[in-house]
Amino acid sequence: MNDRIDPHRLDALAPQASEVEAPPKPGTTKTAKPAKTQVGYVGQSVPRANAKRLLQGRGAYTDDLKFPRLAHVVFFRSPHAHARLKKLDLSRAARQPGVIAAFDGRAIADYCTPWVAVLGHLKGIKSPPQYAVAIDRACWQGEAVAAIVAETRAQAEDALGHVVAEWEELPVVTDMEDALANRTVIHPELGDNICFARSFETEGFDAAMKKADLVVEETYGFGRHTGVTMESRVILADYNAAEHSLTVYHATQAPHMMQDIFSRHLNIPEANVRVICKDVGGSFGIKVHVYPDEMATAALSVMLRRPVKFVADRLESFLTDIHAREHKATVRLACMKDGTIVGFDLDDLTAIGPYSVYPRTSGIEGNQVVNLTGGPYAHKAYRAKMNVVFTNKNVTCQYRAVGHPIAVALTEAIVDLAAQKLGMDPAEFRRKNLIADDAYPYSFPSGLKFEKLSHHQCLDKLLALMDYTGLRAEQAALRKQGIHRGIGLAAMIEVTNPSPAFYGVGGARISAQDGATVRLEPTGMVTCLVSVTEQGQGTEGVFTQVCADAVGVSIDKVRVITGDTGVTPYGGGTWASRGAGIGGEAVLQAGKALRANILDIAAAVLQVDRATLDVRANSVVDKASGEERLPLAEVGRIGYFRPDTLPMKFQAELTVTRHYTPREYGFTFTNGIQASYVEVDTDTGFVKLLRHWCVEDCGTVINPLLVDEQIRGGIVQGIGAAMLEECLYSAEGQLLNGSLADYLVPMTGDTPDIEIAHVSTPTRQSELGAKGVGEAGTAGAPGAVMNAINDALAPFDARVRVQPFTPERILKALGKI
Amino acid sequence: MEDRVEATITVNGTRLTRRIEPRMHLIDFLREELGLTGSHVSCEHGVCGACTVRVDGEIRRGCLTLAVQADGRTVDTVEGLSDSGELAVLQQAFHERNALQCGYCTPGMLLTAQALIKEHPEATREEIREFMSGNLCRCTGYQAIIDAIETVLRTPRTEGVR
Ligand code: FES
Ligand code: FES
Repeated sequence: MNDRIDPHRLDALAPQASEVEAPPKPGTTKTAKPAKTQVGYVGQSVPRANAKRLLQGRGAYTDDLKFPRLAHVVFFRSPHAHARLKKLDLSRAARQPGVIAAFDGRAIADYCTPWVAVLGHLKGIKSPPQYAVAIDRACWQGEAVAAIVAETRAQAEDALGHVVAEWEELPVVTDMEDALANRTVIHPELGDNICFARSFETEGFDAAMKKADLVVEETYGFGRHTGVTMESRVILADYNAAEHSLTVYHATQAPHMMQDIFSRHLNIPEANVRVICKDVGGSFGIKVHVYPDEMATAALSVMLRRPVKFVADRLESFLTDIHAREHKATVRLACMKDGTIVGFDLDDLTAIGPYSVYPRTSGIEGNQVVNLTGGPYAHKAYRAKMNVVFTNKNVTCQYRAVGHPIAVALTEAIVDLAAQKLGMDPAEFRRKNLIADDAYPYSFPSGLKFEKLSHHQCLDKLLALMDYTGLRAEQAALRKQGIHRGIGLAAMIEVTNPSPAFYGVGGARISAQDGATVRLEPTGMVTCLVSVTEQGQGTEGVFTQVCADAVGVSIDKVRVITGDTGVTPYGGGTWASRGAGIGGEAVLQAGKALRANILDIAAAVLQVDRATLDVRANSVVDKASGEERLPLAEVGRIGYFRPDTLPMKFQAELTVTRHYTPREYGFTFTNGIQASYVEVDTDTGFVKLLRHWCVEDCGTVINPLLVDEQIRGGIVQGIGAAMLEECLYSAEGQLLNGSLADYLVPMTGDTPDIEIAHVSTPTRQSELGAKGVGEAGTAGAPGAVMNAINDALAPFDARVRVQPFTPERILKALGKI
Repeated sequence: MEDRVEATITVNGTRLTRRIEPRMHLIDFLREELGLTGSHVSCEHGVCGACTVRVDGEIRRGCLTLAVQADGRTVDTVEGLSDSGELAVLQQAFHERNALQCGYCTPGMLLTAQALIKEHPEATREEIREFMSGNLCRCTGYQAIIDAIETVLRTPRTEGVR
């Protein structure tokens, strides 16, 4: 029995899972074989069916769509970080070949109302109204102030050169501390530059901290970076004036959220708005927000009564895709001589650009840092202070792992420093302080509640997986030869499967529940419509597996459809590691209900007790003997075409819908631990990432192949943050590296092989037991890499504290430059 | 407006003649004019490899090549190489290893990997990483891609071909 899946749960799902092939071992490089058995798919490494079209270049991303009378919009964007628009003349641009129309912000505002991104449960959060196209003033370099629509994109771009704009530059605030000091207030009507502030203190905090034997303190910096989806943001809006209806093809993670927003801001009844997600080329949280240029595109389709498409080019992506994670945080850790942690004290400052981003707000990331700092440990004292300030840079908002990479890195760095000061091994120090595996349910000082975590099991497994002792010996031996290697650990907790506590309670119309409709087709095929969306994670694949098991069919009989508000049940979509856990449970319950309905029909046809029947391998069978009684195609045929042969009062129900909302806990927390092994060249400052390990507990692993690749991809994004990625701004608020030649993301040569293992503690809140996993890698990797580098630098009494850890920063820490 | 130039190009085995704006990139010509949307545009300046196509048998960046430069040449894209079966073994290996997530980088990865397989069948894992370093993927973290390519390289041809 493999150790990843709770066998008790597998049994419930897959009564016939006897011939199941073992999934490949974590970290092995062998290819996975498609499942041989016809049931018992949950827990197996089944390749995704929807990958086949993408492999042949026969997917359909939104930019691949062509429509009659399709027009293309480009935006005239502010070259200044903060400036008043004294004059804007679009008349020459409007006369250029192919140009259909040119509009300023006022004209578009007649069709699209502005928004204010605040949430009721983030007390005191404030932001000014934001328009689809800015009116009179631009607050960051790249903010759109005019839209030009033409028959081709090239024509629209040609016309941009004919826009006449006169600007009066205004004082620019780019530095977080400057913003906090309020010397220049960006939005005078708000009174100051503080978007949101939160402070928090456990009872008796000061007294507890005073008793500690050792207090360590450090300040950490995190570079502002961004998601860099390979497919940029794309939207195609198609307004039908006769119906007053709007169909939007949108590379988004949350189609129902967008349906609601298009409806309310364009004043079109919600029932007349349909949002369709075609294939989406990566999202990572970038595509879950409301972007002004996308709202403008929808408004333009209404204004011009024809389909309009917007595709961000790469420079626009860097200037306007949400950024994230610009933080400066001072953290103190207090502990006793024996290593017992007494408490954490956090002071975090983060800058979010000139607007809080709609509708999720830009207060969530900082809020998460407050919630999660110190997360894995059993201390009782905690104090936190956090300020979120406006600046004249691009906006920031939720990007993969939201707040976790900050909280994990600063927690794990200060934990390592404390261990070092006490002369304790960092693994032993963690073992002493991680919350005990039998302490659950557990209330954390910041107010979070944990259902059940497995920190100690994960730590033990990680140390074995990486041969911690052997590695330490190797490190010591190499140090004698002048080779400086470091080992870094990072334990973490992670928010997944959020309940309505995340957004709904704050007044956001963002669904915390998801739904699945499962239908038996006349041919015996099963169609499964789910409100969760797919951007490459493999959600459709895992729903296929869950659905096949729940109904009792082979996976080739299941077709999953997602990403269309016109056909799927209502739901939240894909974000916050919620797709598989929440959507998967809805699919499981819908599939089980369909199975029951199938058995009702079969019992009526066969005139036997329903309890003697089961659905296995695409047929109704005798439960005891397994003998085939009625193929599902026959159930379908009778149910749809010959219901006259069924008993008089019997109605066949071959379509069922079920929903699921996690409610018992605010979040279904997961936990895990990562380790990084690096070599630092102390002459050049270059760091080679040699190995990386991760042990993760995401509950039931529905598909080990997909889960492991989610973790690997996430880790590499975290490595990017730690080593390479930063949106660099000049003091004037000019982005200095707005291209993929200047803003570096990890390449094949920068990334180590990553070994992954699992501990499985299924959540008892759902029958499926799956927790989220999509963000775990990104959450933990920067902290692990940071600690590994600092471990390598330890003999030099040097430490790095500001990400990304460029060669320059490392050489500075070493005192070499 | 620039005058269009006539060009004759053999795309995925079909010879066609079109009048093309001289400034149009090959990738835009394939995607916009011919509807061959399998090759993608991402960085738009030669860094990411999403636009990789084959011109006269050699892999080229479609965003750095003008369409008129392909006059008199042969261009192959992921669609054509899928239909001919040339990519079948690699595609199967990518599928089984989940070496793609969103799939946006995948056509470029496949064409580059196929060039590697032809030119350096003995490549080590390190050499695979080196050869593929001009193709960016934001989803996978690369390991699965390297694994899939390595699997194909290590599988005797007769077994690998369907
Ligand atoms: S789009 Fe051509 S290399 Fe990136
Ligand atoms: S699979 Fe998404 S960019 Fe490579």
